[in-house]
Amino acid sequence: MADLSVLTGGRAGDGINSAGLLVSHLFNRMGYFTYMYFDYPSLIKGGHNFTITRAADNPVGACRERVDVVLALNQDTIDFHRDLMHDGTVVIFDSGKATADGQGVPVQEILKTEQAPAVMGNSCMIGALAGATGIPFAVIEEIFRKQIPRGLEKNLAVARKGYASVKQVYRVEQRVQEPLPLLSGNEAIGLGLLHGGLEAFVAYPMTPTSNLLHFLAGVAEDYPLTVVHPENEISVILMAHGLAYAGKRTAVGTSGGGFCLMTESFSMAGTNEVPVVVVMGQRTGPSTGLPTYTGQTDLHFMLHAGQGEFPRLVVAPGDATQASAWSARALSLAWSCQVPAIILVDKTLCEGITPLQDGAFPPLPDGGHPDGPTSGPYRRYTITDSGISRMLHPPVPGSAVKVNSYVHDEAGITTERADLTISMTEKRLRKGETLRRETGALDPVVSFGRGGAATTLLCWGSTLPVCREVAGSLGFRVVQPVVLSPFPGEQLKEALSGTERVIAVEENALGQLRMLCARHDIGVDAAVLKFDGRPFAVEELGRRLAEVA
Amino acid sequence: MSPQTLITDARNTWCPGCGNFTIQFALRNAIQKLVEEGVPLENIVLVTGIGCHAKMADYLNINSFYSIHGRTIPVATGIKLANPDLTVLCCAGDGDAYAEGLDHLIFAAKRNSDITVIVHNNRVYGLTTGQYTPTSPLGFKGRSTPGGTVEAPFNPLSLMLTSGAGFIARGTTRRMTGLKDLISRGLRHRGFAFIDVLQICASYFNASELYDRHGYDLSGHDPADFEAACRKVEEWDYNRDAPIAFGLFYQHEKPVFEDQFPHLRVASAEREKAITKILDTKR
Repeated sequence: MADLSVLTGGRAGDGINSAGLLVSHLFNRMGYFTYMYFDYPSLIKGGHNFTITRAADNPVGACRERVDVVLALNQDTIDFHRDLMHDGTVVIFDSGKATADGQGVPVQEILKTEQAPAVMGNSCMIGALAGATGIPFAVIEEIFRKQIPRGLEKNLAVARKGYASVKQVYRVEQRVQEPLPLLSGNEAIGLGLLHGGLEAFVAYPMTPTSNLLHFLAGVAEDYPLTVVHPENEISVILMAHGLAYAGKRTAVGTSGGGFCLMTESFSMAGTNEVPVVVVMGQRTGPSTGLPTYTGQTDLHFMLHAGQGEFPRLVVAPGDATQASAWSARALSLAWSCQVPAIILVDKTLCEGITPLQDGAFPPLPDGGHPDGPTSGPYRRYTITDSGISRMLHPPVPGSAVKVNSYVHDEAGITTERADLTISMTEKRLRKGETLRRETGALDPVVSFGRGGAATTLLCWGSTLPVCREVAGSLGFRVVQPVVLSPFPGEQLKEALSGTERVIAVEENALGQLRMLCARHDIGVDAAVLKFDGRPFAVEELGRRLAEVA
Repeated sequence: MSPQTLITDARNTWCPGCGNFTIQFALRNAIQKLVEEGVPLENIVLVTGIGCHAKMADYLNINSFYSIHGRTIPVATGIKLANPDLTVLCCAGDGDAYAEGLDHLIFAAKRNSDITVIVHNNRVYGLTTGQYTPTSPLGFKGRSTPGGTVEAPFNPLSLMLTSGAGFIARGTTRRMTGLKDLISRGLRHRGFAFIDVLQICASYFNASELYDRHGYDLSGHDPADFEAACRKVEEWDYNRDAPIAFGLFYQHEKPVFEDQFPHLRVASAEREKAITKILDTKR
């Protein structure tokens, strides 16, 4: 079985992320499944950046602890990552910038000969990687033509010299698999939202969802999507309120700190019933924390954010394909059930790059709740059995569309009456039950691996791929609640029935899913927790499981 | 359309003598005029914050978004972005616009969002029973500052001039006709329109005598003249005794924020085509 990991490292500002992506494309073109992890500090230029691209026969979504090839654009890449190298690791390095045992590429001379700018040094190294791994040069040509069409001839000339400067040490066989679209989690979320009918996106930049803003702003260049970057996150969510009130399907993007600023308006969405969708990318907290590293510490914050009691949708997809599908569903459900929705992801998922697979664009429920009268003067909050009232958007000839953050009557006029306070609260509770039914029909809990396995790994969000891989080799089962609110307790109990031992795997210190399960009388026998800002590596999770199994 | 149809049957709970009645009357007349000029009533949307002023959302029988404290303006911009055919106005209090949500006011002026903001500036928090606001005079004795405030008010008009607002006016509930005229002109202005309304609070800060004694209607002032506007807005600093001008201080048309965004509806087939196209670039 092929399973090759390539670390690409250099200074921040040297285009390491792009170089790593080209490495992924090389293997993608060769017919392999790839996963790319991007590690970078919170600075613009000068720090150390690296990517790890893993290529395998099967879909993968996590890194191994050792890499097989190091593509070093500087000395730090060699010095910092000795712990990731094994005896057979091949180091390919820019011989003008680093010294090492391995294959030096005279990048500076090649650039000089070709009269190419320094920025093309990465192309030279990509060429060398292809040469060393036996990937035909034609593959580079195809990729460069598509991914970096600017300065194509010169980039290719430089790459060709890099290709010829090394000796082949691996032979990557061509597999029969069409190249798959390689997407970051952010891009998958963006496409999922578009599939769900997204018409507007509003965000203030914040890692790890800034690239969702950038991606959709790019989409809006030639697609009629409204993308706004206003003064702060408070304005972000309020603009979303205004856009949605006036009929545009809208989402916002942020991370924990930004969401803190949004909570007051999130709660408003609970009562004014304007569908607001939040893409919430977790990173290491509390507060500013580690801005560019990962974590799963905001689950309980998402479940409880905002004053008052109101139904909300919280979904936590585990990989890019789920992220696309559930972003579409979340937008769709927010509108059909008129509830605020959170798509809870993290840095690992947002910025990891994997192929998008089947199921990323599911058919969506048409979502109509044709409840309540359709004649007579329009009343935005008509009491109905489903809890859901007909939602119209101005202009409605002959009717005023009134939404309100206060307790209100059916017409949306403020009230302090006790009976209306009760009936509107009960309306919200019924909406929650409608939402529960709707999510219940969408497989809110998914299971992988051998049925009847004695041990089950219970995970949520981006730890799914690493759990699947490790569970696969240990004969375990994996159960992942994708919907976390309304909590699919019954479905989760059913998915866990028959297993002897449940081990929660989470990237937080408290075991937040485990706590949530306890509240629903679902027993979790052990927890493997990690909170250093880095995602689990495959071997690492295996070791940690052995400690508790 | 009779004026009565513009009023809901919600029970009015403003204090007797409240300046809000004047603003409501002026606003209702301005809306009626707008409708007579051909704007469909259903195309008018009111966004309010939280405070006495905000009850306007309950009392006017028009589309309304009763928001939270300080947060009228971004909602209004969102509505206008979604549908530029709508005429969107905000009624905000001085606590809303100048304290809790000041950032939004400045940015709406900066980006020239095509909305009209009417600030019910009674220079006191009424609904929370009498605390100072950003425009209360220095030394104001409120319930949170029993010894008098130790900070001077700021001047919202000069703030708006600095922020790039294209329509800057001041009215007062003591001058109904002028107020109605200013609201009408603000609603017709293409771009961000700001109207500071010096409103009396019958319960906590009745400054009627001050506004009557010092107030005068602007005349002979050219609202197209930026430098003249700069001088005029500085005439009174919301603190010391000085002549207080009412009228349009500055007007200047410039590109409208919401015009820069697409307003097309996309068929789902077209959407899926766009997705496929993007996916193809990623292979």
